[in-house]
Formats: sequence, structure tokens, C-alpha cells
Amino acid sequence: MRVLVIEDDRETAQFLQRSLKESGHAADVAGDGDTGLAMARDGKYDVLVVDRMLPRRDGLSIVQTLRSEGARTPVLILSALSGVDDRVTGLRAGGDDYLTKPYAYTELLARIEALARRPAPEELVTRYQVADLSLDRLSHKVTRDGEPILLQPREFRLLEYLMKHAGRVVTRTMLLENVWDYHFDPQTNVIDVHISRLRAKIDKGFGKPLLHTVRGAGYMIRDGAD
Amino acid sequence: MTALTRLVASSPFRLSLGYLGAFVLVAAMIVGFIGWRANELLTSQVIETLTAEVVGLREQYQVGGAARLRDIVADRSAEPGGGLYLLTDATGRRMAGNLERPPFQAQDGQGGIFRYRRASDAVTRKDRMAVGVPLAVPGGLTLVVGRDIEDQRQFAATIRNVALWSVGLLALVGIGAGLLISRSVLARIEAINGAARTIMTGDLSSRIPVAGSGDELDRLSSSLNDMLGRIEELMGALREVSNNIAHDLRTPLNRLRNHAEEALRHPDDPGLYRAALTKTIEEADELIRTFNSLLLIARLEGRAVAESMTRVDVGAIVADVAELYEPVAEEAGLQLAAEVAPGVVITANRELVSQAVANLVDNAIKYSASETGQDGLVSVTLVERPEAVEIAVSDRGPGVAPEDRQRALQRFVRLEKSRSAPGSGLGLSLVAAVARLHGGGIRLEDNAPGLRAVLTLPKAGVKPETSVPVSKARGLGTAPAVPSTAST
Repeated sequence: MRVLVIEDDRETAQFLQRSLKESGHAADVAGDGDTGLAMARDGKYDVLVVDRMLPRRDGLSIVQTLRSEGARTPVLILSALSGVDDRVTGLRAGGDDYLTKPYAYTELLARIEALARRPAPEELVTRYQVADLSLDRLSHKVTRDGEPILLQPREFRLLEYLMKHAGRVVTRTMLLENVWDYHFDPQTNVIDVHISRLRAKIDKGFGKPLLHTVRGAGYMIRDGAD
Repeated sequence: MTALTRLVASSPFRLSLGYLGAFVLVAAMIVGFIGWRANELLTSQVIETLTAEVVGLREQYQVGGAARLRDIVADRSAEPGGGLYLLTDATGRRMAGNLERPPFQAQDGQGGIFRYRRASDAVTRKDRMAVGVPLAVPGGLTLVVGRDIEDQRQFAATIRNVALWSVGLLALVGIGAGLLISRSVLARIEAINGAARTIMTGDLSSRIPVAGSGDELDRLSSSLNDMLGRIEELMGALREVSNNIAHDLRTPLNRLRNHAEEALRHPDDPGLYRAALTKTIEEADELIRTFNSLLLIARLEGRAVAESMTRVDVGAIVADVAELYEPVAEEAGLQLAAEVAPGVVITANRELVSQAVANLVDNAIKYSASETGQDGLVSVTLVERPEAVEIAVSDRGPGVAPEDRQRALQRFVRLEKSRSAPGSGLGLSLVAAVARLHGGGIRLEDNAPGLRAVLTLPKAGVKPETSVPVSKARGLGTAPAVPSTAST
């Protein structure tokens, strides 16, 4: 995957470049808004990581310009602005995701990967399948190994999100934002408790666990050994 | 600057001086005009009388000739009063009259002012002013008819003098009064000045003296005092916050540093490195969390945020939060009961209200869980009042003593009993900040046993609504804000 990081802080940019490389992705760095916009126009990038405050041209303006030119490349906006409205402004400008500084690298990586491999028209996918676990989005039925599993509405949405990103790490914050639509940080690890409830329903009593905890990052549903 | 020059330079004095100048000028103009007009009027009246008399005398002459004219003139000259007459023949000899000699050349109708001397004034040799009209009579005779205007002139002079004196006196009294007023105003402004200087040098508790008369200077002083009170309060709050920040942030920063140092002391233990780095990240995350809460509270309290308020279903918000925390409560061995009916719509920020309710529930679970031997019930209720909604979160934990309740809402305050529980101590103050932003409040009550935290939010929010059809349909217009019950 090719990632363009538009970030004016050299150290942060280099850290991201190194880390993304270690994670198996190619990353280019632009140090200011104008360069960033030019590179984003020319290069074929899978994801753009755009800092909001940049010299010469701010991040939101880059995203707006790209969107007005018809570019659909997913954009993750990074910002030190964390107000409730700042996020809305960022997403309204055309950003696909919004991450507040300071962030954990694992969080950033999970979000970049989620953005890059986003299936195009997700409404068309009506059924998710991971090993013998299947979820029907239309009938809201979940079965494992043919056995129906009864889930609460929220548990269903939690599982749906996990299965939509099957094989990829999903962080607690991503779950909180996408399943509950909360952008604040509950002091207790509420997500862990919900996950363990869900795990009890979909994994308990079945041979192979599918819902895995990824240490220091989050959770992942996948078909494979732990 | 001497006291006098300061007094003279003071704005009240200059102001009264200006007023006085303008007043004296106008008064002088009016008096002058009246005097001039009065004189004019009297003189023209005299001339009219004279002209009429001359016409009468001419008629007498036509009827009775020179002899009759002489008799009449002689008669009238003898009468007391201001009438002056002189009849001369062609050679200029006096035939009758009380004037010694002709005042001017005889030219019909060309009268004017002249001087003459009364016989009684021969000793004082004082001339008197008069107005006269000459009349040429056929036969070479010349008649002059005049009127004494000395009395009139003296009357005018008296009026002028009185006017001048009164204007002068007025100016003097005015300047004196101006000085006195300036002095008293200056003294009070100096008092305000002095107090302001004392305050500027650092004594924020000092206040500007208020005279108690309720005038504009008093009102100014009270306003300034209120402002000073607010500033002092804010400074106090700031000092307390910085003290608390120093304490609550330095401690984790120090721990973070300790982990790093410890790892460096053991250069050949990769396991220890790992553990130390993991702990460092944990501490850093905790610090970031505290910073974020602090920043959010500061933004909310500074109202620097125009966080979008929309019509939201507060019932759904509370139910969602309860649902989010229900498994957490269960895991802690507690029961979370939410009696919330959806469909209560208010103007609020969903995110902030969610966070506030989450903080209350989080606190309730945290403090109930640390208490053993209780029946462990946390209940969340939503009560709809005419103007506001009340979200109450009750627990059966240790509760908060009445004297500590106000303090518990302040930043960083973690009552001694709860020091061991995790958290930044910012939870309740964040709730209070969210409540204030919405125009509501938070109060802590005794749940006997346990704590009951009640978050009040006005239905209409704090901002006037624009195009929201829901509110119109429900008749929820602009309800007055519910008074805040929190005052941290």
C-alpha cells in the first residue's frame, strides 16, 4: 500500500515513514501544504494522511481541493484540534477519518488500513462470512456452524463492524466511534467488556476462536490460528 | 502637580468653566440687547411726542399767529416736567422758552440730541441731555421743542450697572462652585485611583470605596468592585488549578521518568526494557487523557466552543450510555437499572451530554464497586420537568459528605477516600462544565446510602433556536434558562 504523509514536523513524518515501512507499506512525505497537494495529485496513493495545520496551505484546503477535482483517495486527517466541532469540520471538508494528536501508532495504522481496503459500495454486501461464522445484514441473523446465535442490537452492530474489517485490526476507539458514535474517551475500558460478552456468544463452545485480542492495539476477527 | 493646578486641570472644573463662560456670554448679550432696544424705543417715543407737539404748535400759529405761539410757548415752558422750548425771532433773539440758546440750526424736522444746562444747575455746571426738534415758523421765527432725556439715560445706566454686577457676581459664584464641585469629584476619583493603584501593585482583595449615595460614581465603583471580585475569583481558581496541575501531572510525569531511568540502569535486560517502555506509554496515555479533559473543561468554561447544539433525544442519549455501561456494571458485580423513556427532545450537544452522563455512570460504578457488602445498585433516571430535564445517577456507594459535595465538583479534587480509585479527578468537573455550557447545573445529593448526582439541562438549550421544525411542533420555544445549581 502507498501512503502519502503530509506533515510539517520532520520527526513525526520520519517516524511515520519508518513505522509504515516496517508495517509493510510504502510511504512518501511532504513537508508543506503545497508540496503535499502537488504530490497527492501526481502520485497514485492508496491513502493520504494529512496534518491539519501545515505551512503554506492547510490540510483542510488540500482535502477540499482534491475532492473538488474529483479525487476519491481516502484521507485521514490528523489534528491537534480535538473539539467536537473540529472533527465535524474535518469530515465535512472531505476527510474520511479524523484522528487527534497525540495518537498511538497502532491506532493510526489500523485506521489507515481500514481506509485503504474499504470495499467500494458496502451497501451491496449483504452477508459477511468468516470461517463458519456468518452474519446476514438484511435478516439480522447470525449463525455459527449453522447454529443461530441471538445477539442484542448493539452486539450485532459490533460484530458487523468487526466482520466488515475481518482480518484487520480494529481499535477500541474505532469501535467506540463506529458502533456507538462516541468520540470521547470513557475512562473505563467499556469496549473490552462488550467484546468479552460478544466473544462468549460467538466463540464459547465452538472449537476455534475467531475473535482475537491484538495486544496493544485492539481486536480482530479472522479465520486462523491465534 | 500642586493641588490647585490639579484642581484647575480637572475635567469637572474645566467643564463648569466652559458652561459658565457660555452662560455669561449669552447673559451679557441678552442684557445688552434689551438695554439697546429699550433706549431705542424710548428715544423714538420721545421724538414721536415731539413731532406731534410741533404739529400742534404749527396749527396754533396758523390760528393765532406769532403772539399766540409765544404765549403758548411761555405757558408750556413754565410747566414743570421735561418740556424744553425756545422761540427765537429772525435775528435770533429769544422771544419765549426755557432754553438759553438754540441747540442747533433751524432746519425743519431735523431734530437730534443736544446738551443744555438747567438754570438750577448753574452752580454744578452740569449739562443734561435732551432730544429736540426745530421748527421754522413763517415770519422768520424759529421754534425748538425738546424733551429732557437725562432721567431716561440714568435709568438705562442703572440697569446696565446692575446687569454688569450680576453677571460678574454670577461668574465669581460659578467659578467658586465649579472649584468646590471639582474638588469633591476629584477627591472621589482620586480615591478610586488610589484603590486601583493598590490593586495593581498586587493586593487583589482591596476594593474601591463606595460613598453610598448611589450616584454614577458609586455605580461605577460597584461595577469595578464586581469586576475585581470576578477577577479575584478567577485568579484564585487559576492558582488552585495550577497547584493541582502541578501535583496531579507532576506525579505521573515523575513515574514516567522513573520507569525510563530504571530501564537505563539495567542495560542488558530486554525484558525490563519492554516492561519499562510499556509502562511509559501507559503513563503517557494517562497524562494525555488528563490533558484532554483539562483542555475540554477549559474550552467549555471559556465558552470558546461553538459546539453545535441540535435537537436531540436525551432519553435515547441516557439509554445509550446506560447500555454502554451495563456490562461494565455487571462485571463489577453491580446492577445497572435505567428507567428512561425515549422521546424527550432537548437542545443540546449529544456528544457532550453523552460524555457527562458516561462520567456520572462511570463514577457511580467505580465508587460502588470499591465498596463491598452493599447490594450494589446503580440507577439512572430521566425526569422531565416543564422547562428542563433531570438526569439522576444514584449509587449505593459510600456517598459524599455534605460539606465535601461542592468541593467534589472542582477540578482535580478527589476526596481522600477515593484517592486509590483510578481516574484523573476531572470527571465531575467536566460534568459541571458541560452542564454550565448548556445553561443547566449539577448537584450532588444524599441517596441514603450512597450518592445521587443530578444533572439538570434546560430543554431549550442556551442558544436561540433557528429553523428547527420539531421545536415549533412541540411548542418548545425559548424557555428561560434553568438557574445553575453548581457554582464552582
